[in-house]
Amino acid sequence: MKKTNSNLSRRSFLKVTSLSGGGMMLGISWFASAKPEDSLAELNIEPVWQEVTSFVKINTDNSIKIFSPNPEFGQNVMTSLPMLIAEELDVDWKQVEVEQGNYDPKAFPRQFTGGSQSIRMAWKQLRTVGSAARQMILTAASQAWNLPVSELSTSNGMVTHAFSGKSETYGTFAAAAAKLPVPKDIVLKGNESFRLVGSPQKNVVGPKIVQGKPLFGLDYREPGMLIAMTERPPAFGMQLKSFDATAAKKMPGIVDVFAIKVYQDDHKFAGFDTRSFNEVIAVVGKSTWDVMNARKKIKVDWEVASEKKEMGMNHRENIVPSGLESTKKHYAQMLEMDKKPGKIERRDGEPEKAFAEAKHVIERTYTAPFLAHNIMEPTNTFAHFVGDKVRFVAPIQIPDMMVPSIVARLGIPRENISIELVRMGGGFGRRAYGHYMIEAALISKQANAPIKLIYTREDDVSGGIYRPSYQLTYRAAFNENKQLIAFHAKGGGVPESPLHANRFPAGAIDNYLAESWVIPSNITIGAFRAPRSNFNAAAEQSFLDEISEYMDKDPIAFRLELLQRAKDNPVGKTNDYDPSRYMGVLALVRDKSGWGKSENAGKKRGVSAYFCHNSYAAQVIDLRVNGEQVTVDQVTTALDCGVVVNPEGAKNMAEGAAIDGIGNALFGQLTLTDGRTDQRNFDTYRMIRHNEAPKKIDVHFVKNEIDPTGLGEPPFPPVFAAVANALYKATGKRFYQQPFQPQLIG
Amino acid sequence: MIKKYSLNINKKVHQVEADENIPLLWVLRDNLGMEGTKYGCGVGSCGACTVHLNGQAFRSCLLPISALAGTEITTIEGLSANGDHPVQKAWVDLDVAQCGYCQSGQIMSASALLKNNPNPTEEEIENFMSGNICRCGTYSRIKKAIQLAATK
Ligand code: FES
Ligand code: FES
Repeated sequence: MKKTNSNLSRRSFLKVTSLSGGGMMLGISWFASAKPEDSLAELNIEPVWQEVTSFVKINTDNSIKIFSPNPEFGQNVMTSLPMLIAEELDVDWKQVEVEQGNYDPKAFPRQFTGGSQSIRMAWKQLRTVGSAARQMILTAASQAWNLPVSELSTSNGMVTHAFSGKSETYGTFAAAAAKLPVPKDIVLKGNESFRLVGSPQKNVVGPKIVQGKPLFGLDYREPGMLIAMTERPPAFGMQLKSFDATAAKKMPGIVDVFAIKVYQDDHKFAGFDTRSFNEVIAVVGKSTWDVMNARKKIKVDWEVASEKKEMGMNHRENIVPSGLESTKKHYAQMLEMDKKPGKIERRDGEPEKAFAEAKHVIERTYTAPFLAHNIMEPTNTFAHFVGDKVRFVAPIQIPDMMVPSIVARLGIPRENISIELVRMGGGFGRRAYGHYMIEAALISKQANAPIKLIYTREDDVSGGIYRPSYQLTYRAAFNENKQLIAFHAKGGGVPESPLHANRFPAGAIDNYLAESWVIPSNITIGAFRAPRSNFNAAAEQSFLDEISEYMDKDPIAFRLELLQRAKDNPVGKTNDYDPSRYMGVLALVRDKSGWGKSENAGKKRGVSAYFCHNSYAAQVIDLRVNGEQVTVDQVTTALDCGVVVNPEGAKNMAEGAAIDGIGNALFGQLTLTDGRTDQRNFDTYRMIRHNEAPKKIDVHFVKNEIDPTGLGEPPFPPVFAAVANALYKATGKRFYQQPFQPQLIG
Repeated sequence: MIKKYSLNINKKVHQVEADENIPLLWVLRDNLGMEGTKYGCGVGSCGACTVHLNGQAFRSCLLPISALAGTEITTIEGLSANGDHPVQKAWVDLDVAQCGYCQSGQIMSASALLKNNPNPTEEEIENFMSGNICRCGTYSRIKKAIQLAATK
């Protein structure tokens, strides 16, 4: 076994506790040394020290319990994170029982689900946890047997002395090991020695899921618990004026009806404090049905809200304008903004001059609507406020980000807040914004009872924290030989710009200009699977397809050519991608899809590739169009996310990203008329369904020894353009506006 | 109006006092504490709440309690004793779930499909399952799992 010294060990802090049963519990925490600042920027939180912790429990009967620290929303970290510990601990995976750790910043300092960072941040840290425990058990065995550690080996939760044939379980030594000092130098396995990492393992919660076990927040109940819902303004830009709950209070099962203010007027907004409506009417009753019915009986006067200033996602103070906004107007405003000079984000060479001298210019404008998260489990939280303490059972992606807001709003100390983390029925960014926890706590406090706050699907769709509506205009300048001489990207949105000025093709073109602009809005927006990238990729990769056609070049060969340039002789110093890895996924998808092969000549196929969250993904999509019906025959995905910890789970994520991407590209849209969303539920919000899913999805990973990078988000953004480019082949029409499918009608 | 109902759920009779319009979904979840049947939309558009009514797949959010007299209801809790229905086993074998929230409903739809059509074509699977939404995008695995369960 090749041993590598973990560069984290010197900063490590380990805590060992004996269990009453004689077993050992190991906790470890430290400051992570490798801070992925670029990805933190993706999420718009300020870089902070990232810490990871996990617990290992070894019992005398040799059963092993591993706590998974990060909130689970379907990315399957409850399997892959404990795998990292089990790998170095050298136990049989079948011996391991996994449990979700609750919110506990001392034990688990990085309970953060977002930005495709879980495995990346845990890669060394959780393996160190496992390795430290293993070394302590070896030391305990060496003392018990009076034999040198060097003569002992471990395997499958057993310590063995090969010469004498002695062999005992970890459990035998666990109590003694727990009393030992933590080893100073923690050694990690070389990648070539992995047995578990890289082997496909099934979701540890799978058997419970298929039995419909109450794993989710919405399933939580306890004696005396009441149900709460909130009545909120019917449109963005409106607020509560007055209400009369006399009739509602008389409805069966209703306990109370009152208004709550999510944040106080002087609240200092932090990054994840976004909420659609600040003042809502809470209805508290005995059952969901009672509360749903009583809601309809409240007589409310809503009024148009006035302009205010509020801290947004970017820690910047933003104007929240007054007025009732509409999608039609947003699109007109975006076109207006495109005509005005934007904020220059990057300039290389002399783009203006190159455009002036160009023989030919191609200019295209791409747009996308707002998207609702449509997490399958609607928003909910249990809260019980007693005295100056509050207990939550909450589906929340980043509990630590909400705690300061809860402290501020409820005026209770941090240590009086407890949060049981439950499995989330989807997240995709929506559950990073935990205003619903504050709402639940306020309602519990006022009602003086344990309550479960439930949003209906209509509440979720019509009062969401959406993927913004975006627009990007690209211009490409060519000389008389059809060579690309300049590139211009100008992008903005309602109310944020999607532009990533330092992403490809920046770095590959001598004359380059990137500009951004924004349109203030009172529609609430937030992170949505691969924020900004999910639109950039759609626009950029469609445009590259179109210009490669003008240049008479194969779209993959053209991209590879640009990337080769960025690799050999990059323009500028701030390019945030690695051209080699980009080229790697393009080459892999080309080979695996049989791109350009005669047997595929009749296929209507599109290609796309993108980099985000430190990983690289490319897709080739084959489809057919029959009238307004799109049939996707095959998706071939190539992915470079470094070492793949659990190939089974990773494939599932990439397949899901393809389906989710195709669905949103073809159908996804949330539109507004006078501040009111036109879609309220799944009867009007068009989701991809079984009969529209691809017939076949192949996922291929680039094999390398790079430490894991992101996985949940990267395979999502390129899908949109692969669909658009394939649609062009099938219909002869370019698609510039998302969603695409409505444009096939008529 | 509050009335008394007796419901035959998973081969057991339950007495429930409830409003005549309350959908079976909320009777199961709130009155009887059976939370395997999930709420997704309440308007029959997502399939998360699927149960069997006399062996056929129905959306429980659309079934008022007053319409259930004399019917046999099966929920995910009653599909098998230990999660060993061939559909559940195929789901585990092919590692279908991501977040898992939609899967109770997917499994109830799939098991109803196979009960009435033991060897469905791909197209029949797709069409029958189209009432069940999965935001995580597990449709391909679901299809394979149904095909696998059909062989058992
Ligand atoms: S909850 Fe019944 S179909 Fe969606
Ligand atoms: S597995 Fe998450 S919605 Fe289907």
